[in-house]
Amino acid sequence: MNRLVRSAVFAGFCLPLALMGIEGLGGRLGANPIANLMNRLGFWALFFLLLSLAATPLKMLFGWSSPVRFRRMAGLFAFFYASFHLTTYVAVDQFFDLPAIAADIVKRKFITIGLLAFLLLVPLAITSTDRWVRRLGFVRWKRVHRLSYLAAVCGVIHFVWRVKADLLQPTIFGVVLAGLFAVRLFSPRIPRSRAAAGGALSEGTAGP
Amino acid sequence: MSLSLARSARSDGGPSLPPLPNLKKGPFSTDERQNSFEDITHYNNYYEFGTDKTDPAANASAFPTRPWKIAFEGEIKNPQSVEVDELLKWFPLEERVYRMRCVEAWSMVIPWVGLPLGDIIRKLEPTQRARYVAFTSRLDPTMMPGQRRPVLDWPYVEGLRLDEATHPLTLLAVGLYGRVLPNQNGAPLRLVVPWKYGFKGIKAITRVRFVEKEPPTTWNRMAPNEYGFYANVNPEVDHPRWSQAKERRIGEFFKRKTLPFNGYADQVARLYEGMDLRRSY
Repeated sequence: MNRLVRSAVFAGFCLPLALMGIEGLGGRLGANPIANLMNRLGFWALFFLLLSLAATPLKMLFGWSSPVRFRRMAGLFAFFYASFHLTTYVAVDQFFDLPAIAADIVKRKFITIGLLAFLLLVPLAITSTDRWVRRLGFVRWKRVHRLSYLAAVCGVIHFVWRVKADLLQPTIFGVVLAGLFAVRLFSPRIPRSRAAAGGALSEGTAGP
Repeated sequence: MSLSLARSARSDGGPSLPPLPNLKKGPFSTDERQNSFEDITHYNNYYEFGTDKTDPAANASAFPTRPWKIAFEGEIKNPQSVEVDELLKWFPLEERVYRMRCVEAWSMVIPWVGLPLGDIIRKLEPTQRARYVAFTSRLDPTMMPGQRRPVLDWPYVEGLRLDEATHPLTLLAVGLYGRVLPNQNGAPLRLVVPWKYGFKGIKAITRVRFVEKEPPTTWNRMAPNEYGFYANVNPEVDHPRWSQAKERRIGEFFKRKTLPFNGYADQVARLYEGMDLRRSY
């Protein structure tokens, strides 16, 4: 059953990419398929990053513990979509025009901060395994993984600085992120879950 | 993706809109491959109908474009309000195949149908004081759902210097691919200034006013450091947030180099002699 639920969630997280693939094969990505893909991949990267950050606040607010079980998966999907987003920019949009890419990174602050957001996700993806939790120790591992908040802030700013005029979507992301921060900062501490069998990862804690 | 790119390269007329008869082939047309009717009508920046590129096609179909009056006023000897179908009879309609370069660094080749704005202006007889032309678009939040949110300062306004407005390249477009202009492309009539970024091409025009001073323009008011009054296509002057050196022609994979004045330098560069185009962007 547990396995079944996990597979279903995994499939659901793959859905946006699958849709893009189906539309691409059917020639239905519109007049500018490259921009279409890049925008959507970026949107979903930020979506899954915020989803992963929502797990603990949801538990604190409503006592829901199941989202925590999918937090790591959501975080890895954020990295996965962000990787595709960046790859589309480098390999398709710019077609490896390295001088142009370098100039973009130096001169365009929305690209600088977007790249920073991605780079922050890299160590988090690498250390996402149980083995790395053990190697670092849970407390230190958690501290490292707070970088995900910084990555999300950079991601939202990247989006805000990119749009021409319509700030609706980036504003929604920003408000949700601020709300998640607020829950963590202002919620009364809930008792640290007993360091029970199953380990910190699958159980998850509210954190300090 | 290759499939959709192949699809983009096809060109065809729109099936449902009435054809415009007696078209004269106008000067200055490019023989570059034209973008398809499908792409030209489903990739639009027309925030009055939504900010997504596909929103205008989805939301503009019910927009009423007849009857439609356009008011010519200000510093002219013959101010008047004209019904658009009357205006179409003032001069023979011309087909002009122009490159269109968006400030977002993509471009298309579009077979417009329209009237040279200069012919209209000469008929209106500007006074000695007329130095600029100010255009105003329709304000109608009921039929233009994008105007219900303050994404831009509505109604959309644009402007040209009088010599730009009377330049033979400048077109008041009323059609596309030999047929009546689709709503999502700015029906019933819109401005086409092919050497400037696309946002200068104000759509659904209701008022044309001849004035002494440089009129305000919508994107310039929104972000003056990003969008200038002149907005001439210029690969040397980047948008603060992205390069303007290259562009993606819709339907093509590799970016191409952007040309000064969008390739119309021979026709228009003289209009700007002695001006610093880095400052007057």
